[in-house]
Amino acid sequence: MNKIVEMEFFSENVAKIVLEAPDIANSRKAGHFVIIRLDEKGERIPLTIADGDPEKGTITLVVQKVGVTSAKLLAMKAGEEILDVVGPLGHATHIEKFGTVLCAGGGVGVAPMLPIIKALKEAGNKVISVLAGRTKELIILEDEVKKHSDEVIIMTDDGSYGKKGLVTAGMEDVIQREKVNKAFVIGPAIMMKFGSLTTKKYNIPTDVSLNTIMVDGTGMCGACRVSVGGKTKFVCVDGPEFDAFQVNWDEMMMRMGAYKTQEHEAYEKYLKTVETVA
Amino acid sequence: MENIIAEYIKEGRSEAWRAELRKSMKAKERTSLERVQMPEQEPLVRNKNIVEVNLGITEQMAVAEAHRCLDCPQPTCTIGCPVGINIPKFIKKIESKDFLGAAATIKETNALPAVCGRVCPQEKQCELNCFYTDKLHATPIAIGHLERFAADYERNSGKMNIPDIAEPNGIKVAVVGSGPSGLAAAGDLAKFGYDVTVFEALHEIGGVLKYGIPEFRLPNDIVDVEIENMRKMGIKFRTDFIVGKTASFEELRARGFKAFFVGSGAGLPRFMNIPGENYNGIFSSNEYLTRVNLMKAAHEDYDTPVLAGKNVAVVGGGNTAMDSVRTSKRLGAKRSMIIYRRSLEEMPARLEEVHHAMAEDIEFMNLHNPVEYFADENGRVNKMRVQKMELGEPDASGRRRPIPIEGSEFDIDVDTVVVAVGVSPNPIVPSSLKDLKMTDWGTIVVNKDTMQSSIPDIFAGGDIVRGGATVILAMGDGRKAAVGMHQYIQEKVKAN
Ligand SMILES: Cc1cc2nc3c(=O)[nH]c(=O)nc-3n(C[C@H](O)[C@H](O)[C@H](O)COP(=O)(O)OP(=O)(O)OC[C@H]3O[C@@H](n4cnc5c(N)ncnc54)[C@H](O)[C@@H]3O)c2cc1C
Ligand code: FES
Repeated sequence: MNKIVEMEFFSENVAKIVLEAPDIANSRKAGHFVIIRLDEKGERIPLTIADGDPEKGTITLVVQKVGVTSAKLLAMKAGEEILDVVGPLGHATHIEKFGTVLCAGGGVGVAPMLPIIKALKEAGNKVISVLAGRTKELIILEDEVKKHSDEVIIMTDDGSYGKKGLVTAGMEDVIQREKVNKAFVIGPAIMMKFGSLTTKKYNIPTDVSLNTIMVDGTGMCGACRVSVGGKTKFVCVDGPEFDAFQVNWDEMMMRMGAYKTQEHEAYEKYLKTVETVA
Repeated sequence: MENIIAEYIKEGRSEAWRAELRKSMKAKERTSLERVQMPEQEPLVRNKNIVEVNLGITEQMAVAEAHRCLDCPQPTCTIGCPVGINIPKFIKKIESKDFLGAAATIKETNALPAVCGRVCPQEKQCELNCFYTDKLHATPIAIGHLERFAADYERNSGKMNIPDIAEPNGIKVAVVGSGPSGLAAAGDLAKFGYDVTVFEALHEIGGVLKYGIPEFRLPNDIVDVEIENMRKMGIKFRTDFIVGKTASFEELRARGFKAFFVGSGAGLPRFMNIPGENYNGIFSSNEYLTRVNLMKAAHEDYDTPVLAGKNVAVVGGGNTAMDSVRTSKRLGAKRSMIIYRRSLEEMPARLEEVHHAMAEDIEFMNLHNPVEYFADENGRVNKMRVQKMELGEPDASGRRRPIPIEGSEFDIDVDTVVVAVGVSPNPIVPSSLKDLKMTDWGTIVVNKDTMQSSIPDIFAGGDIVRGGATVILAMGDGRKAAVGMHQYIQEKVKAN
């Protein structure tokens, strides 16, 4: 049982959740994730750890409402408990002094990016962060990112905040302007695909963090598998971060859609139950 | 070790009640009795539900079967048992209707008889070595059915015996993984008086017994009763805790754990690396079974989905393949097939499971092997290409090697494929311990007598040491390791 100590909504569908998980808070590093199960009948879903406080014994997750489990989670309140939280899972991010690092985060992808930005800065890198979202209210964690970056560029699709344009436009601007030694791109699969196509043009080594479907998160099932460099890799134990240029994006996106119909039906059903209760 | 077992088996045969019992019926009469038939659900009914297939034998049936046993002076059946159960003694207790005594006899060496009675490959172990099989070329005593009977009788009697525990010594030991090897080690360590904590990565205790082996073969309740008993013995269970990740061995040492048993299993599924294998609708057997067994995907009110499938192909010939293919039928498949590259004779699955599968309308395409998968525009598998095989010379495993027949490929319509071609050892523990000595296959190297690894306070057993093996071998390892750990700790205590 893990108690929710704090719940803060960034927008209607995105919230920051601070959870009691002392062991995980103690051992987590940038790049790690957890698997949670809300209750007896819940599914197991992966969530990247955005932050942790070993002193308080808490970890921070940022969750966007995309389906039944995330909707149920966002409907919970501080003081309530999550049945299962296990981790930290995956490999920690490989951090070193690269020089100038471009960190592009799309949507809630900014949350997993935050600890990486922090670690990169601590390792002595110049960090330029590009935060992107469809519209102003989907730009999250701006202040925290600013605190640990040398420069922050905001991009919105509709121009309601920062510059108007896609994340790739913001990335191009930086790359045109100065020498970038390394890039991290984290966000929706499609954004990571195009973000890394951009850096590939300029031969900038790029890491991405994949968010495939998972069950156990310990290498036991292969639900999370994806082809990287022509070989099947398990994202939960071999990743979640990979060399962006080796990832088979089309296969990954196809696999992420495996349960689209079921997910949709389940979500509709869930919305109905919520309505009847309300 | 073998001598000790032989002594243990011999002891008791000369007791008056046994001698009496032997005289109560002529050997001729005993051997003329028919082997008991396990009552089971109707095949075409059971392949639509998840209730246990085998219904269990009655008291009368058990006693009648026990009559068949000749109580041999040199019982060979026991040689076939990896944990050396005193088989004649427990069978004779059944014959004399002391059913609780029979259960107690089994439990002297086997902590989970209700499980083993259901899942052990008896036809390759005790029953293979039974006098009936060996000398009479007749059907052996149904040792597995009797084991299950005694264990179930005890459980249903409500008089489940909680083993005697030595005076608590306050020494903390950790068990990593809650599969059969971990449970067996934990049970014995508790008996020796240790303060035992079992750490489990998943949210359920039981390892493969819970996430792998389906309800229709091993109901979860049966495993849960055993776990409950272990709690009563004072054993602590921590779920959602991955040793090597949530906390390192070093941290656990700092928290006072004096020795570790690693029973982390062979959880990593293998794929065949053929084109199209990552299409949707193609699962490892672990994923397929985990979704259904652990996550209860087939239940309406549980959140985890599974792709049920109308035309399901399961690749492999082991227990995992049988469990997967029979599960697919129960999820409503019209056509469920086994695709296996050797012939029926080489199948590693328990014989009973193969028979059950056949009765349940499962098609067997033996001597076939998949070479490629195809998918529809959404990436869902819709066809598999298979190649015919023939058998050549025996390979390293002693089984005849399958050889592809060139030009024999053809396509089968499928919408779901389960790949059950084996597992590799779980790498989490080894990768968190740099100094741990491993084999080239990723299993942990241990001393065969003590199960001690190259790191003195770490012991290991079960599938992480053997690769994929069996429940009973895993349990045997756990018990051996408990003795090894006990010795190790006692010596250290004395030295201090
Ligand atoms: C579908 C299926 C059917 C089978 N049928 C039979 C059968 O009929 N008869 C038979 O004899 N055998 C059968 N087997 C094989 C048998 O189940 C295994 O040999 C046996 O379970 C091995 O036991 P174990 O204790 O070594 O590991 P497991 O049962 O695999 O348990 C290992 C446990 O350790 C946990 N773990 C791993 N790493 C860590 C860590 N770092 N920290 C904490 N926990 C960890 C895992 O989550 C798991 O729960 C079957 C296997 C499968 C998959
Ligand atoms: S989630 Fe099961 S292996 Fe990665």
